[in-house]
Amino acid sequence: MQNAEKKVLGVSSEEVKIESYRLKGGEHGPISSLKELDEYEGELLAAGIDPEEKGRSGSFLQQDHSVVFAKSLIPGLEILSTEEAIKKHSWLDEYLWNIVPADKDIYTKEVAERPTQGYFLRAEKGTKITLPLQSCLFISKDKIRQNVHNIVIAEENSELNIITGCTVAHTVSEALHLGISEFYVKKNAKITFTMVHNWSGGVDVRPRSATLIEDNGVFISNYIFMTPVKSLQMYPTAICAGENSRASFQSIIYAHGNTNIDSGSRIVLQGKGSRGEIISRAIATDDARIIAKGDLVGEAENVRGHLECRGLMLSDSSMIESIPELKARRKNIDLSHEAAVGKIAEEEIRYLMARGFTEDEAVGMIIRGFLSIDIKGLPEGLARETKKMFDMTLEKVM
Amino acid sequence: MLEIQNLSVEVGGKRILNDLNLHIGEGEVHVLFGANGSGKTTLFLTILGFPGYNVVEGKIYFKGVDITEFNTTDRVKLGMGVSFQHPPEIRGVKLGDVVEQLLERRGGGDAKALARKLNLSEEFLSRDLNLGFSGGEVKRSEILQLLAQNPDFFMFDEPDSGVDVENVELLGKITNEMLERDRRPSERQKSALIISHIGYILNYIKADRAHVLLDGRIACSGITEEIYNHILNEGFEGCVAKCGKEGVRCEF
Repeated sequence: MQNAEKKVLGVSSEEVKIESYRLKGGEHGPISSLKELDEYEGELLAAGIDPEEKGRSGSFLQQDHSVVFAKSLIPGLEILSTEEAIKKHSWLDEYLWNIVPADKDIYTKEVAERPTQGYFLRAEKGTKITLPLQSCLFISKDKIRQNVHNIVIAEENSELNIITGCTVAHTVSEALHLGISEFYVKKNAKITFTMVHNWSGGVDVRPRSATLIEDNGVFISNYIFMTPVKSLQMYPTAICAGENSRASFQSIIYAHGNTNIDSGSRIVLQGKGSRGEIISRAIATDDARIIAKGDLVGEAENVRGHLECRGLMLSDSSMIESIPELKARRKNIDLSHEAAVGKIAEEEIRYLMARGFTEDEAVGMIIRGFLSIDIKGLPEGLARETKKMFDMTLEKVM
Repeated sequence: MLEIQNLSVEVGGKRILNDLNLHIGEGEVHVLFGANGSGKTTLFLTILGFPGYNVVEGKIYFKGVDITEFNTTDRVKLGMGVSFQHPPEIRGVKLGDVVEQLLERRGGGDAKALARKLNLSEEFLSRDLNLGFSGGEVKRSEILQLLAQNPDFFMFDEPDSGVDVENVELLGKITNEMLERDRRPSERQKSALIISHIGYILNYIKADRAHVLLDGRIACSGITEEIYNHILNEGFEGCVAKCGKEGVRCEF
């Protein structure tokens, strides 16, 4: 496993030289409107951020090392920088480094020792906020390292819908993004987290995230990746600790250029009757390399989990490794997986051409279709936004 | 509409069609019979311009244009439309989206109304193309796409195979409308070539002429009923016995 990772990524995850990226020179003053960042409008839009804040319940924007904008538009919704939240809520200690261990690896250690902000998002008890909030972690300075620590809490009976974008200015040739995220879904609460990564070919990315879900809680994660990256390695974990809790990960990955991605999702089913679903679609073209992992762990009675990985190869110099894992630790359990990697079937292209589409149009339709997984459980507005983001990024790469 | 002259086709280096001639005029519907392996599908895919079907001799003219070297897209854009027997499943590509795009190409139209004509629900339009479709659903989806395309020349590959009676009747009715069979012969502009093994569809669609394909060439041509009855009574063998002599094309 370790060997495979090394071989694939060329640079193994342990080999990103953290010190070669700087911690200084990433400070910015606050802004009073997202529109002030008009020179980066393209970058923000590509990450799902609407500078006008239309149809949003609030916004958060961190530029390099500074939180330049954090505003909630709805009572019961808190949007703060992590630093401020720690000052405000003394109880937050229990949430920091609780489900992501600080000593997990060199990246968590780095963020624990030298944090540079991050977001704190919280829906108060009973507050259902279906309007999405938008958060953005933005790198605008070259050769910088961003060490963010994010905390997201949906208190009991609350709902939180988040569009989050990680994006980088076109002028940045190299950078490192380390992102720790800890999500807490309390009893009967729900978090929908839609994340767009809009990196560029010189950026190393190491997110480390975990979610803890209590009784009847629901966590839905949608992930969209369509621009190149130097290397990305992540394995977000959702722990369905509560009875009848639910977790779902859906990811869409279109890797081109020299992109190296080692990405997976893990769901640990610890609560009686909990359910988990992992769906991923990965396309590799040019010299891109993708490892698509999925891990379902069943540790309680009557749990059910399904994992579906599909990969599409568009070039002979790209690579996809699909690694689904199922781990059952009880007898009354139902875990399943399906994985498939292939190329676009010639007969599908011919069929569409026989309807008058050109070969390029046909290929485009098939790729678009392959990537368009049904995004379930999203409020209408968020579903529309997600589709818009998806269409926009796809438009750009094809 | 379609003029095939001295067509010889090789697939994988093997000669399948041999000096084949066929003329389908404007407003005419022709049916092509033939046993399995006689070259029906090869002819169908050669007219459509699929790669791998190498024209080694002869020409195909469509609307007076030599399309022998055209790719599939360009042929279709000239006004050709096809219904496949076994269309591939395309995951994630919605039938409704394809129909919408076909309609857009000719300036718009109502996909749902077309679907209703074929007893297809709105929900059906949101399904992935051919994924898990029943035999009848495949045929209706193919006809739906043809309705949206509205070509001048239609090709149907085994439109009656694997379809229950009720569906064949419905498909026959819609196809007749689509091919303007309800108009007087002189007013018809749509042409078609129907490839059929069993000819069941002919109970519902009146074809002007029929041909029997034998060993890669058209062995007999004539009035549909006569040829059809001959095949029904004596099988393709009977037709072979009557018309099978090398190089002789017999008229019924």
